[in-house]
Amino acid sequence: MSSGSDILQTDAPPSQPAEKLCAFKPDLLLSEDHHLCPGCGEPIAVRMMLEAIKELECSRRAVGVIGIGCYTALTGIIDTDLVQALHGRAPSVATGTKRMLPNGLVYTLQGDGDMVNEGLQEVIHSAARGENITCILLNNGVFGETGGHMTASTVVGQRTKNTIDGRDAKEHGQPILISEMLAQLSGTAYVARCGVFNASQTVHTKRILRKAFQTQLDGKGFSFVEILTMCPTGWFVPVPEGPDYLENVLGSVHKLGELKCE
Amino acid sequence: MTRVLMEGSEAMAKAAIAAGCRFFSGYPMTPFTETLEYFGKHLPDVGGVSINAESELEAIGMAWGALATGARAATGSTGQGLALMQESLSEITRAELPLVYFNMARGQGDYYQATRGGGHGDYRNIVLAPIDVNEAVELTQLAFYLADLWRNPVQIYGDYLLAHTNETVEISTMEFPPLPPKDWAVDGSLGGTGKSRNINPIGMSKLKHEIEPEAFWRRLHVKHKEIEQAEARYEEEFLEGAEMLVVAFGTVARFVRYVVREMRSEGIAVGYIRPITLWPFPYEAISNAAQNTQKVAVLEQNGGQMIDDVRLAVLGSAPVVALGGFSSDEAGFGIGPIHGTDNIRDRIEHGLAGQEVMP
Ligand SMILES: Cc1ncc(C[n+]2csc(CCOP(=O)(O)OP(=O)(O)O)c2C)c(N)n1
Ligand code: SF4
Ligand SMILES: [Mg+2]
Repeated sequence: MSSGSDILQTDAPPSQPAEKLCAFKPDLLLSEDHHLCPGCGEPIAVRMMLEAIKELECSRRAVGVIGIGCYTALTGIIDTDLVQALHGRAPSVATGTKRMLPNGLVYTLQGDGDMVNEGLQEVIHSAARGENITCILLNNGVFGETGGHMTASTVVGQRTKNTIDGRDAKEHGQPILISEMLAQLSGTAYVARCGVFNASQTVHTKRILRKAFQTQLDGKGFSFVEILTMCPTGWFVPVPEGPDYLENVLGSVHKLGELKCE
Repeated sequence: MTRVLMEGSEAMAKAAIAAGCRFFSGYPMTPFTETLEYFGKHLPDVGGVSINAESELEAIGMAWGALATGARAATGSTGQGLALMQESLSEITRAELPLVYFNMARGQGDYYQATRGGGHGDYRNIVLAPIDVNEAVELTQLAFYLADLWRNPVQIYGDYLLAHTNETVEISTMEFPPLPPKDWAVDGSLGGTGKSRNINPIGMSKLKHEIEPEAFWRRLHVKHKEIEQAEARYEEEFLEGAEMLVVAFGTVARFVRYVVREMRSEGIAVGYIRPITLWPFPYEAISNAAQNTQKVAVLEQNGGQMIDDVRLAVLGSAPVVALGGFSSDEAGFGIGPIHGTDNIRDRIEHGLAGQEVMP
């Protein structure tokens, strides 16, 4: 846990100006401008998703159904057809869309608050139904958007705004490990957990997303990708420590790996 | 086309399919269940999809997703199930998707829910309340047209009596004026072109970081004002020389209309007016009718809900008396003595004698 002195000074200008190292913009991104925090993992995950769609040559058939969380703000720059769902309800909306558009590549983009809290029954029922859609979870263990509150996937010991001394299992219960839960359902065809805390894992995330989308394209049934993402703002950790915190604190409970591949 | 004997719930579902409905999702609840069953049995015959949703929350979400592709889609339930759907109903209105939903109510106690709703923000849903199965067949088809025309949800307010009454009906596809193409619908085809779509209930659009809430709300408000002007529907009989005007809707109005006809033939000066659209409410028609009568009575199967709208229409130009009340079978499905001409006649006679009826 970081001490107060480690917190980045944001009221003073940085010691050196930011430098753009690479100007590669994925084709399915309308603009590189976004309003998410520095060090946030969600734009990285979304970028991997868009690259995977493009690489599978599905740009002209992808429809995203978006949940409500910080990632919702990225709908302004994602260049696939989109349907904005209510908080938690994306898997049902995606179900209706996919049934009427069987050749579409239909995906949901949801956070842990959206999927594991508000809409838990939606994802479980859609998975059990073997719905031929791909649900993508951006798991940062908090409601980032509301300012860093505990979710049903916050790990024990994790500090959030309403578990300020760390999540205490006696008082706040245990986290839900959603990938493990979904992998047990016979309706799921592909389930994997990955994270965007370093370059190799980020590239690996794209590989997993491709596999999940391919599962849908092959008509095999429900595919699920859980991507662990940094939320330094919601965790109250300095931006540079975000990736390590993700790997060691969230990643030690929500363990990476392919849980199911049929 | 031949006329066939059909139960109301089946006739409505069949009319929906004739109107081009190709997607349905629902969760069982009396008296909505038979509507759900009919769609499940017959939508696949026409290449449509019917899903047994795991809950009402999911049923309306599925319909939302289907509507987004431009398909004609519907869902429905009974009061409790529709209560669960309220968040979606208000947001689907703001996403401007043409949802049709069946409210197979347990009586008329859900008038507030139907016309005000329990969703958030400023929104309005068109509500059509058929009097009998034949009208329900027509209004179901009209519902799909109005939903597409205005890109706004439309509710059909039925009940147990309508659902389970057999009538001879003729169900053929009705003709309506042409509608604009659904160029807003998603099919994925515009991905990567810079012109991809976003069907959005919160006012977000591509390449914008702000949602401009005031402009968004105002645009919807203007549309809802236009619907108010254009779509109010009602039926009236014997307004000429009526000392008392009886306002009723839905299946209860069928008995009221019968009794008013009977009383008129006996020379008793009562008139009748029935809102066919509960929203937009026919304020103007009732306001005009109230100018030429001594009092206005409201006969509804609840503790007094539509009477608010009648008072708003009459605006003090005549006294408004409540003649309705609770009336149900023991199971609570909303079939009661009020669905009988003696009971209705008794209530109307109370009204003529200047007495209110306790609900
Ligand atoms: C029905 C409803 N309840 C609460 C909210 C408020 N809300 C907005 S985003 C959010 C949490 C989002 O958390 P998550 O999905 O994990 O996304 P993150 O912000 O962490 O990316 C909440 C609770 C809402 N929009 N709708
Ligand atoms: S609060 Fe967290 S999830 Fe939200 S934008 Fe900031 S870092 Fe990302
Ligand atoms: Mg989160």
